Amino acid sequence: MTEFTNLGVKEIRDGVAGGDFTAREVAESFNAAVAAAAELNAFIVTTPDHALAAADSVDAKRAKGEDLGIMGGVPIGMKDLFATKGVQTTAASHILEGFTPQYESTVSQKLWDAGAGMLGKLNLDQFAMGSSNETSYFGNVNSPWRKEGANAGMSPGGSSGGSSSAVAARIAPAATGTDTGGSIRQPAAFTGICGIKPTYGRCSRWGVVAFASSLDQAGPMARSVEDCAIMLKAMAGFDPKDATSLQMDVPNWEAALSADLKGKKIGIPKEYRMDGTDEEILKSWEQGKEWLRDAGAEIVDVSLPHTKYALPAYYIVAPAEASSNLARYDGVRYGLRDLPDGAGLQDMYAATRAEGFGDEVKRRILIGTYVLSAGFYDAYYTQAQKIRTLVAQDFAKAFEQCDAILAPTTPTASFPLGSLNEDPLTMYLNDVFAVPASLAGLPAMSVPAMVNSDGLPLGLQIVGKPFDEQSVLNTGLAIQQRAGFDAAPEKWW
Amino acid sequence: MSVTREEVAKIASLARIKMGEEELDRMVPELNNILDWVEQLGEVDTAGVEPMTAVIPNTVRLRDDVVDAIPETSGGRREDVLANAPAAEHGFFGVPKVIE
Amino acid sequence: MTNYRIQGETGEWEVVIGLEVHAQVTSNAKLFSGAATAFGAEPNTQVSLVDAAMPGMLPVPNRECIRQAVRTGMAIEAQINKYSRFDRKNYFYADLPQGYQISQLYHPIVGEGALTIDADEKAGIAEDKVIGIERIHVEQDAGKLMHDQHPTMSYVDLNRSGVALMEIVSKPDMRSPAEAGAYVRKLRSILRYVGSCDGNMEEGSMRADVNVSVRKPGEEFGTRTETKNVNSVRFVMQVIEYEANRQVEVLESGGTVDQETRLFDPGTGTTRTMRSKEDAHDYRYFPDPDLLPLELEDSFLDECRASLPELPDAKRARYEGELGLTPYNARELTAEVETFARFETLLSVAAAKIGKSEAKVATQVANWALSVAPGVMKSLGEEADPANATAEAQASILAMQDKGEISGGQAKEIYEIVLKTGRDPEEIADAEGLKQVSDTGAIEAAIDEIIANNSDKVEEYRGGKDKLFGFFVGQTMKAMQGKANPAVVNQILKDKLG
Ligand SMILES: [Mg+2]
Ligand SMILES: [Zn+2]
Repeated sequence: MTEFTNLGVKEIRDGVAGGDFTAREVAESFNAAVAAAAELNAFIVTTPDHALAAADSVDAKRAKGEDLGIMGGVPIGMKDLFATKGVQTTAASHILEGFTPQYESTVSQKLWDAGAGMLGKLNLDQFAMGSSNETSYFGNVNSPWRKEGANAGMSPGGSSGGSSSAVAARIAPAATGTDTGGSIRQPAAFTGICGIKPTYGRCSRWGVVAFASSLDQAGPMARSVEDCAIMLKAMAGFDPKDATSLQMDVPNWEAALSADLKGKKIGIPKEYRMDGTDEEILKSWEQGKEWLRDAGAEIVDVSLPHTKYALPAYYIVAPAEASSNLARYDGVRYGLRDLPDGAGLQDMYAATRAEGFGDEVKRRILIGTYVLSAGFYDAYYTQAQKIRTLVAQDFAKAFEQCDAILAPTTPTASFPLGSLNEDPLTMYLNDVFAVPASLAGLPAMSVPAMVNSDGLPLGLQIVGKPFDEQSVLNTGLAIQQRAGFDAAPEKWW
Repeated sequence: MSVTREEVAKIASLARIKMGEEELDRMVPELNNILDWVEQLGEVDTAGVEPMTAVIPNTVRLRDDVVDAIPETSGGRREDVLANAPAAEHGFFGVPKVIE
Repeated sequence: MTNYRIQGETGEWEVVIGLEVHAQVTSNAKLFSGAATAFGAEPNTQVSLVDAAMPGMLPVPNRECIRQAVRTGMAIEAQINKYSRFDRKNYFYADLPQGYQISQLYHPIVGEGALTIDADEKAGIAEDKVIGIERIHVEQDAGKLMHDQHPTMSYVDLNRSGVALMEIVSKPDMRSPAEAGAYVRKLRSILRYVGSCDGNMEEGSMRADVNVSVRKPGEEFGTRTETKNVNSVRFVMQVIEYEANRQVEVLESGGTVDQETRLFDPGTGTTRTMRSKEDAHDYRYFPDPDLLPLELEDSFLDECRASLPELPDAKRARYEGELGLTPYNARELTAEVETFARFETLLSVAAAKIGKSEAKVATQVANWALSVAPGVMKSLGEEADPANATAEAQASILAMQDKGEISGGQAKEIYEIVLKTGRDPEEIADAEGLKQVSDTGAIEAAIDEIIANNSDKVEEYRGGKDKLFGFFVGQTMKAMQGKANPAVVNQILKDKLG
């Protein structure tokens, strides 16, 4: 049974389609692996029946000779930020504990329509706010990885840490993630898997609990570039219910995958050589350049002069949007209601939100409320949005000289859970390399490059032009083929 | 710029998050750390720069004026709308009595 | 006519008024969701997941709402902004599911325009006056709270939540309750002409936020108060009266006026401070990141312009100029959409029946439509079936009258029967004998007899007592039982009396 859990999206899909095994066998195998991995705390709820029902439907279609869909027979994990009809959806918060949507998010619906099934709802940082998966109301997520010879629980990254943990631990072949300021790429890098955030607008945001609307993008997390390409196609596409959804055809990225980068130019942004970046990370970056040269690409230096300001700008824009997006959690229509004796409406709001939100969420709501408040709006929010324009212009200029940009995904490898909790700022710095592409809405991917001297994975990031996921995926594939990353965490759970 | 305890209390009240004394004490330096750090944005000369309005150059799409055109965004589903309500009565949401 | 002034102890005060009118945009579906907008539905039955602000729900704007706002802007000759944006106005209230209202602060869809209120001697408006419009923006309506259904709870109905509103913001150009009343009536008329709002104030389709301040004439503007959600013209005027006098009292007793939000109590005709005052609102407006900028194409604007009807001022000028109606009649007939629509239909049917141009019969039709027909309708009360008041029937009556077949009195009598029974007017005239006699033989015979019986009066008349002519007319009409055509009677009398 267990060998199924070593399979990825493409292998499962092709195996089911080819009759090598049934979707039900695969689903049962992953359901069992999920059930046995409670120590990872990757799932908030498991939905084995959903996975089985989807598998049975695929098997039945195969028996009738019908089309199985591009994800036919693949059971996946669903980040608990996507509304799933009839299945509790919490955004890892207390305020939404017990909330059962009467609707299905566009992205999850597309995945089910493509033949995928759901293993469960994956844990995450509360409202996707965090970089270590320690802000969930439902407890920290453990990375399946540990430092060599150590027992300390490691962070799977965040906010899509349940997703990264599950995929790296091989209890799910793939999972959905969302990326607001690195929440797909950073956890992917921390756990030695792939993850791509597409161009802003590729995946519908309808039915995804909003964090920062102008930044949020869904994307796939899986163990190979091919699997990401397949799953992204299933997730992407125009949605009339999302006014920011791109009205463009979805390319067949899988079919056009090519690791041959002859004639391509890869930009190396000099500003990403920041103080405090881990030596081994820099080494992996150098190695990445070599691999891409080997794949036929020309390496060119580019400049992204406002890189330094991207992160602080992000920490104004994202909390500002979040402070407004999270105003709807007020105890009136759904979710938690805390009604102290004799409380009026406004007291009920304050009590409910005090009780229902975790510290990091409160922090960001307060920052966001402050930067939007009278007298501060221009100095903070408007200035940050102007810097965002400058960051985007930096990329646009850089892309006049190159087809894609190569950079580290994170400044460090994963860290032990609890080690960065003292100061929110140190935690924020995790996303220093990931945030610029988010601010500019660009497609960006992390692929595993190597393990460091502690035995922990390191990722490389590729950033592409708007709508050019193909170049990102192709560059990722070139790295994947040369990196030959086949390290897997040793099972301890 | 830094925020005082009173200002944090005011922001918390504006954001409708009840905060105890101890929580406020904790929050004030944390927020000031973050605000000090974002202060560096002031260094950037943004004269003549337009604030970003659309991440990907794009304008809003308008929909036709048709009732219940898309099932997911249609009315006429009171059960669904009230399904998760902490207090639903006679087809309404209930809240503590409001005096205007 | 003197200006409206408040007489205080320290002298005269002038009142300065600006209005923010919220008008519900006529559309089938809501501004950002597909739920219906119809009035009076069961609670929460016209609520989509979007309107209830479920997690992950997103707004998609309704083109028709944008179109109606643009057409309204064009109707007041305002600047139409080809680039506009939606902003979020953040505050917490149980009727506001998202915790913010999607509105337009920084880049409204319609910029500056103007509206002319008409001179009205009776109301103390000496001459036409132009009131500046600051802007029109589009925004979401809130839900409704009900406070009297449960001892400890308020109930929330989100049916209205997300319905499109236009907020039409005037400049502080009005100086009396009458001007404000005229402004609201004129605005309502324009909206209804354009079809962008049904103007139904009882159902809340139009509500005004009334901004009032006072000053000594010629001085700077004083501090204003804003009285929210006033839903009739009369109440708007009451609010201004009350607020102006209150503010004068406050100022004259050495106090200051607080810039605050107030509520109107229709029961007492007074205003009071809104309770939630300690919560000095900080709305934290910022561009809604769920909605990209709105850019209007020329073709869209062209269609909006082409679809505009003739507007009240133009129509009124045409009625006076082309149709030769009196200013009073022209104003009365153009005030309401229903009135001019009925009039124009009747005018066209009547002109065709009579066989004259519309301009030739307009005055006759206008008099009929404004005074005769409503008078008959009113006198019948319940007995009248308004469905019988067809243009066809009324035109028949007017045509008979024009040809001299019936008198004015007979016209009324026939119309009474039409309204009660729906019978055909010509058939009524024949069957009920409601026709004038124009047969000169019968009239001549009657007149000959009267002349023979009143030789003394004939002598007097011929001797110069012209006034007696009326006596002969009266006698003739009496003899003819009132059915003689007066014109024919006059002619024959003149001939015979010499
Ligand atoms: Mg107002
Ligand atoms: Zn408004």
